[in-house]
Amino acid sequence: MPEIRNFTLNFGPAHPAAHGVLRLILEMDGEVIQRADPHVGLLHRGTEKLAESKPYNQSIGYMDRLDYVSMMCNEHGYVLALEKMLGIEAPLRAQYIRTMFDEITRILNHLLWIGAHALDVGAMTMFLYAFREREDLMDVYEAVSGARLHATYYRPGGVYRDIPDKMPLHEKSKWYSDADIKRLNKNRGGSVLDFIEDFTQRFPKYVDEYETLLTDNRIWKQRLVDIGIVSPERALQLGLTGAMLRGSGVEWDIRKKQPYAMYDQLEFDIPVGTNGDSYDRYLVRIEEMRQSNRIIKQCVDWLRENPGPVMHEDHKITPPRREEMKGGMESLIHHFKLATEGYCLPEGEAYVAIEHPKGEFGCYIVSDGANKPYRLKVRAPGFAHMSAMDELTKGHMLADVVTIIGTMDIVFGEVDR
Amino acid sequence: MSEVLQKLQSHLDASLGAKLDKQTIAFNQLTLEVLSENYLEVAQFLRDDEICGFDQLSDLCGVDYLTYGQGEWDTGGSSFTRGVKRDFSFDADDSGDAPEFEGKRFAVVTHLLSVKNNQRIRLKVYCDDNQAPKVASITEIWNSANWYEREAFDLFGILFDGHPDLRRILTDYGFIGHPFRKDFPLIGQLEMRYDEEQKRVVYEPVSIEPRVLVPRIVRGGK
Repeated sequence: MPEIRNFTLNFGPAHPAAHGVLRLILEMDGEVIQRADPHVGLLHRGTEKLAESKPYNQSIGYMDRLDYVSMMCNEHGYVLALEKMLGIEAPLRAQYIRTMFDEITRILNHLLWIGAHALDVGAMTMFLYAFREREDLMDVYEAVSGARLHATYYRPGGVYRDIPDKMPLHEKSKWYSDADIKRLNKNRGGSVLDFIEDFTQRFPKYVDEYETLLTDNRIWKQRLVDIGIVSPERALQLGLTGAMLRGSGVEWDIRKKQPYAMYDQLEFDIPVGTNGDSYDRYLVRIEEMRQSNRIIKQCVDWLRENPGPVMHEDHKITPPRREEMKGGMESLIHHFKLATEGYCLPEGEAYVAIEHPKGEFGCYIVSDGANKPYRLKVRAPGFAHMSAMDELTKGHMLADVVTIIGTMDIVFGEVDR
Repeated sequence: MSEVLQKLQSHLDASLGAKLDKQTIAFNQLTLEVLSENYLEVAQFLRDDEICGFDQLSDLCGVDYLTYGQGEWDTGGSSFTRGVKRDFSFDADDSGDAPEFEGKRFAVVTHLLSVKNNQRIRLKVYCDDNQAPKVASITEIWNSANWYEREAFDLFGILFDGHPDLRRILTDYGFIGHPFRKDFPLIGQLEMRYDEEQKRVVYEPVSIEPRVLVPRIVRGGK
């Protein structure tokens, strides 16, 4: 009899299913995983240390780059922590805009998740479908902030600017014919809000399309059902949040339990799973997309009726309007101070958590009263999820590792920070 | 919310009393400070007690209080601020003389969440020794602390007694030093490039000038 030994397998860091730069050291018994040791940190940029060297406002852009598929939600967590310590609140309209963009971001994130997850498991079409819808939403990002991904749209005290009246149109180029342009611009005739509303009407049908492709798909179910089961007790112990926790049947959503922005004014439901396996988490996220769509619709309706300011009026914190700055001494001084020094937070510490598409995203700020954070700690949901990797993969086959990475919705920008 | 917090605070006062060093409510959040010898016991109580019921550890991180409250306004002759003077000496063995600091320099801050009772709390413990900061590991109480403690060890050099697997996590293989300490320069210690002559990657002390564009000024009050 030959001696049978465990052997060690290196997975990543450049494997297409490693979602970026995950390196896994897998101890295998045949094709069964005995132990998984994730090596993270290949994308560590020292965001928190960099933030310590910059005035508060200059770090908002870094937040986009944490979880780079749900940009505005990261900003929201950071900006809320600042607002809490400054003791200010954004105007109502800004809060609605933030809520709407948080949900647009949630859909963006879940679309990328479902595309990548299905692609990993073997369903190519989903990726193409998901990116079709992402395109529309990224155009909305671009319309309000000028950037398709790294928006830096939220500011302490509100949002950078109000939603524009006109949705930008595609222009004719050597790549697009007249017919293409006509098709692309079909829904873009009105304002940005019109375009978003049009999207909310189209989107449920798209989700139905995804479901016809996946929900009852035999291969999809074979690959997902009963893979990576987490009991509710273990989920809490392991620090799982978001859909990872709700998939296990724990009804916990910060939007409902500790509401921020306008979530307490809006109607939406929290889907929960029962078995805590990858398939339940898939169903939870699909339903979350439908609920996000509902929230966006309500926000659009409110925003149509209620014009108003979108930025706090305290110019010790928010920059004054350009015209005022050119004409008034006071505004000029405010602008100068903000540009050269920023604002100081009172001494103290605060932790603010929001319901990020992936889970609980928290910002812990320690301030010694300076114009820069003394310590900024970002609690990224992916980091806790990644640390559960060993427990989730134990006893599964090698091919299931890919499913579990997919179901955890890992993005290395936030895990490694 | 604050009434709930005050209730929780008085409950903790009654049941833990002497074990707690300090309790503060600021920004509508409750902070408990404990001495390192009581850390484990208090953590265990916070998890198991009915009224507390903190069943999830959201976050754990290290804080280095070396330069707390210090500004950077003294900039010398240059009109363009070069607020940071960098020390080019580099301790390869990591044992070098730590800067002097009165009081306890390192803290470990834990954020707990009770899904059951819908409340949060912050637990703070200061490390007794500034040279080799060490606190007990709470991995046994909340399993999610495992990687957070590895991170705090990696970035701050805080040792966690009883941790099952205290390895570096975020920095590179073979990294020397603890980058989030306040005496670790922002630009780092080493830079890396491919050397054409030696046909391999070489590490050298960093050649870029550290600079501060906006100096740090302390103006905020309590």
